[in-house]
Amino acid sequence: MNTRYETVIGLEVHVQLTTATKIFCGCSTAFGQAPNSQTCPVCLGLPGALPVLNREVVNAAIKAGLATNCRIAPYSIFARKNYFYPDLPKGYQISQFELPICEHGWLDIGGEEFAAKRVGITRIHMEEDAGKLLHGSSAGSLVDLNRACTPLLEVVSEPDMRSAAEAIAYLKQLHQIVVYLGVCDGNMEEGSFRCDANVSVRPVGQVELGTRAELKNLNSFRFIKQAIDFEVERQIELIEDGGKVIQETRLFDPDAGVTRSMRGKEQAHDYRYFPDPDLLPLEVSDVWIDEVRAALPELPGQKRQRYEEALGLPAYDAAVLAAERPVAEYFDALVVLHKNPKLCSNWVMGEVLGAVKENDVAIVDCPVTPTLLAGILKRIEDNTISGKMAKTVFTTIWQSGKSADEVIAEKGLKQVSDSGALDAIIDEVIAANPTEVAEYQGGKDKLMGFFVGQVMKASKGKANPGLVNQLLKERLSA
Amino acid sequence: MSESQFTISSLGKELQAQRTTAVAATRQCVERINNTDNQLNAFITRCDDSAFQDATAADARLSAGSAATLTGIPLGLKDIFSTKGVRTTCGSKILDNYVPVYDATVVERLRAQGAVIVGKLNMDEFAMGSSNETSAAGVCRNPWDKNHVPGGSSGGSAVAVAAGQVVAALGTDTGGSIRQPAAHCGVVGLKPTYGRVSRYGVIAFASSLDQVGPITRTVDDCALLLEAIAGYDPRDSTSVDCPVPDYQAHLRDGVTGKKIGLPREYFIEGLDPEVKRAVDDAIEVYRRLGAELVPVSLPHTDYSVACYYLIATAEASSNLARYDGVRFGVRHSSGGGLIDMYQQTRSAGFGAEVKRRIMLGTYALSSGYYDAYYLKAQKVRTLIRQDFHNVFEQVDLLLTPVAPTAAFKIGEKTDDPLQMYLSDIFTIPANLAGTCAMSLPCGFDAAGMPIGLQLIGKPFGEGEMLQTAWAFEQATDWHTRQPVL
Amino acid sequence: MKISEQDVAYVAGLARLSLTPEELKTMTGKMDAMLGYVDKLNELDTDAIVPTAHAVPMANAFRGDQVIPSSGSAAALANAPQGTDGCFQVPRVIE
Repeated sequence: MNTRYETVIGLEVHVQLTTATKIFCGCSTAFGQAPNSQTCPVCLGLPGALPVLNREVVNAAIKAGLATNCRIAPYSIFARKNYFYPDLPKGYQISQFELPICEHGWLDIGGEEFAAKRVGITRIHMEEDAGKLLHGSSAGSLVDLNRACTPLLEVVSEPDMRSAAEAIAYLKQLHQIVVYLGVCDGNMEEGSFRCDANVSVRPVGQVELGTRAELKNLNSFRFIKQAIDFEVERQIELIEDGGKVIQETRLFDPDAGVTRSMRGKEQAHDYRYFPDPDLLPLEVSDVWIDEVRAALPELPGQKRQRYEEALGLPAYDAAVLAAERPVAEYFDALVVLHKNPKLCSNWVMGEVLGAVKENDVAIVDCPVTPTLLAGILKRIEDNTISGKMAKTVFTTIWQSGKSADEVIAEKGLKQVSDSGALDAIIDEVIAANPTEVAEYQGGKDKLMGFFVGQVMKASKGKANPGLVNQLLKERLSA
Repeated sequence: MSESQFTISSLGKELQAQRTTAVAATRQCVERINNTDNQLNAFITRCDDSAFQDATAADARLSAGSAATLTGIPLGLKDIFSTKGVRTTCGSKILDNYVPVYDATVVERLRAQGAVIVGKLNMDEFAMGSSNETSAAGVCRNPWDKNHVPGGSSGGSAVAVAAGQVVAALGTDTGGSIRQPAAHCGVVGLKPTYGRVSRYGVIAFASSLDQVGPITRTVDDCALLLEAIAGYDPRDSTSVDCPVPDYQAHLRDGVTGKKIGLPREYFIEGLDPEVKRAVDDAIEVYRRLGAELVPVSLPHTDYSVACYYLIATAEASSNLARYDGVRFGVRHSSGGGLIDMYQQTRSAGFGAEVKRRIMLGTYALSSGYYDAYYLKAQKVRTLIRQDFHNVFEQVDLLLTPVAPTAAFKIGEKTDDPLQMYLSDIFTIPANLAGTCAMSLPCGFDAAGMPIGLQLIGKPFGEGEMLQTAWAFEQATDWHTRQPVL
Repeated sequence: MKISEQDVAYVAGLARLSLTPEELKTMTGKMDAMLGYVDKLNELDTDAIVPTAHAVPMANAFRGDQVIPSSGSAAALANAPQGTDGCFQVPRVIE
C-alpha cells in the first residue's frame, strides 16, 4: 500500500426489513415465491392505486436509529425519487430525501489492525425496494415484482473510514445490530443486507476529499474488502500515472476480483425529488420513541461490556458470547442459574456451540437447555462428577432430555470422594504392585501417574482424581 | 320533468313504491344513449350487458325490501375510475386496451348500494383540459349547442347528466373539472373538501388537488350521491377520518342570516357581462332570501393559475411515469432497446396537452429549478390557503361565478393553452386551498348557453354549502330546463 | 427566452418523450410562454412562508403489518403488453 495516500470510505447499506408485509401494501414479503405472485395494484403501480405506510416499518427504523445513537426526527416526510427502470413500477421510488427519520448517529469500532474510532452515521431513511430484473434470453429481460415495495432502511455513514478493515468492522457491527434488533435476517446472499461503498483517495495531509467512485454488487464481507482494496490501488495508480479519478459507479466482478466502470450504461441522474403527495408527514412523538426504547434488547456492545465488567470474563469470551443474540441469550439464561461465569462461558463456547454446530440445530432448539446445563455444572462444582464425566452426561442429556442428576444416578457416574472407600482400593493397588512401590520410594516420582491410573481403573473411573492423588502421596511417602 | 329526466330522489321513490323497475329505468337510459350519443359522444365505453345485470340484481333487492338510496339508479362514471373488468382509458390512447383488475373505492361503494353502472364517460386525456377536446375518444359536445364544448375535464359526465343519458354521474375535479363542465351544461356539480372522498382507484392527475364528486340534476341528488361516496378509506392515506354528516337533515333550513362573501377578485374585467348579470341576479335572490352579502377579498387570487400549473404539472409528471409500456397499456416498440421502447410508447400514447404538462412539470422539478418553480409554488399555495382561512373568519361561504364565460366554441382555444388555463381562474383556488365548492345553474346567456354559480364552503362545510345551494334552487327554475336533442 | 431548445430536449429525455425537431420548436415556444407567465409568482416575497404539500394538514396514516392476500401473477400479467414465464418482458437491458 502506498503510504503517501490516504483512503477515504463512506458506506451506504440497504437493510431489508423482516416485516410480514411490504412497506406500502399488504402483500407478503416471503422470499422465493413464483414470479409476480406476491403483487397487488399498489406494488404493481397500477393506475389509481395508493400507498399506505406499514407502521411496523417505522418501528424498525426507530429501533435501528436508537441502536446506532441517532436522533429520531419528530417530523419526517416521504419523497418520490423519479427515474425510469423496468423494475421500478411507478417510475419513481418512494423514499425519504429531505427530513429522514434518523440523523446524526454513530458506531464505535475497534480492531486488531487499527485504533478504536467512532464512525458517524449521517442518516437512516425508509424506502421501498425495486423488483428484480432477470436477464433471461436475447429476446428480452424479464421483470418479477415480488420484491417491489418491500421495506428497506438505508443507512448512510459519514466518510469516516480509512481502510477496508475499518469498513468491514463497521459493517459487521451494523450487521450484528440489525440482526440483534430482529429487524433484518442479515442474509447477505439473498440481498437482505446490501452495501455500496464510496471510495476515494487523497494525498496524506490534503483536506479536501478526492473524487469518489461508488462500488456496487458487494454481497459478502470478503467481496467488500477485495473491491475496496482493488479500487484504492486502481485510483492511486491512476493518479500516479498523471490521470484523474472520475466520479462514477463501478461494479465489482467477484470472479476477476476487479471493479468495472458502468460508464455509458446509465444516464445522468436528475431524480427530481419532491414530497410524495399520496403520503402524509410522519410525526414520531417522544412517547412513541420511549416505547420503542423500552422494548429494545440489550445490544451486542452493551452485552460485551457487561460480560467483561460485571461478570469478569475475558474480552475474547465476551465477544464470542455476544456476537449472536441467541447465543448471548442462552448464556444469559445459564449464568442466572449457575453463578460461575467463566465455567458457564467455557461450556457455552465449548460443548454447547460445538454440539449445535455438529448437529446443525439452532441454539434456541438445543436439547440441553440452560436449566439442564446448569444441573451439570452444579455437579461439577460440588465434585459429584469430573469435568470429563460431565461431557458424557452432556451427551446423554442431549439424547434423552433427562436431568443431570437422573443421568448420574442411572449410569452410576457418581464420583467416589469417600476416603474410606478409596483407601481399600489403594491398599489393593499397593499390595498388587510391590516392585513399583519400591521404585517410587527409591525416587522414581513419575510412577505416581501409574498408581493414579491403576486406582482410577479399579474404581471404574468414578474415583475423584484429586483425592486419589492426595491419598496416594500420603500412603507412599509413609 | 320528463321521464328521461328522473332524479335520484324521484326515481328512488318510484322504485321503492315498485311503480317502475331498475330494468325499465336502465332500458330508458340505454335507449336515450342510443338516440343521442352519436351527436354527443359522451360515452367512451358502454356496459349495457352488465348494466342490465346490475338492474336485475337491484330489482331483486328492491322486492326484498333491502334497498339503499342508490339501488337501481342508473349512473355514469368518468373514465378515470378504475372499474374491474370494464375498460378504463382515462381518455388516453396509452390506456386504450387497459382493463383494470380492481374497483376504485367509490365504485365499490356505488356497487354495494346496488347502483347500475351504465358506462364510462368521456373526459380530457388524464383530466388535463377544460373543454374535453384533448380526449383520445374525440371531443364530447355540449347538448345545449353541439358546436360548443361541454367544458372539462369531466365533460362526458356533465353531458350525460344534462342530456338525460344517466340519472347522475361521478367526475373528478383537480382545478375545476367538475364545476366548470357542470356550469357549462346547466347541471349541479360538487367538489368535496380534499380528503372527504377516497381517491383509491382514481387515476391520478395531481394527487394533492384531485377530488371525486357528484354531477347531478338537482342539489338534493348532489347531497344524496355525495353521502354515498364520502367517508374515510384506509386505502387512501389522505382520506380524512371524520364522520359523514346526514346532508339531508339540514338541507331545507334556509339561508336567513347566513353571511355570504363576495370576493372582489372574482368580479373582474374579462368577466363576460352576461355571466356577471346572471351572478348579480343570483346575489339578489340570496338577499331576498334573507342572507347577508358581504364584500370580501382573497388577495392572492391572481396568482392561483400560475401556482396551480406548477404544482399540478409537477405532480402529474411523476404520476404519469408509470405509463411506460411494461405492465399495462399500449406498447410501441420497433425492436430497439429499452429507452427506445419507453420513448416510443410515451410519445405515441400521450396527446399534445399531456406531453406539454409532463414537460412543464418535469422542468419545474429538475435540478436547479426546484426552488424557483415547485417550491415557490408550494409557498404561494400557503398564501392562497391563508386567504381562505382569513375570509372564513368573516363569512360562512363565498359566492362567485364558475367561469368567466359560458361554454366556448369547439376549437376556439385549442391553439392557446395559456388562455385555456386562465379560464379556470375562479375554480382553481378552491383546489389549492383544499376546500369544498360547487356549481349550480343560475341562468343562460343570449345564445342559450347555461351559466353557473359557484359556492365555496369552509373545509368540510359541504352540508352548509348544499343547504345554501338548495335554497337558491327552490327560489329559481334554471335547473328544470332541459336541452332539446 | 426563459428556456432553450437544448433545455427542452434535456427535459424530454428525463420524461422519456421523443420530440421531432418541429415538436421541439413548438414545445419550446409553449413552455417559454408558460414560464414567462408563472414568473409572476416572483412578485410575492415568500422567504418566510412555509410551503404547503397537503391542503388539509394531517399526519400519520398507517396500516398494520397484516398480510392481505395478493392478487397473484395472473392478475398482475392480465394487462401486460408482453409476458413470459409469469414475468413482464421488456427489451433486453444490458448490464
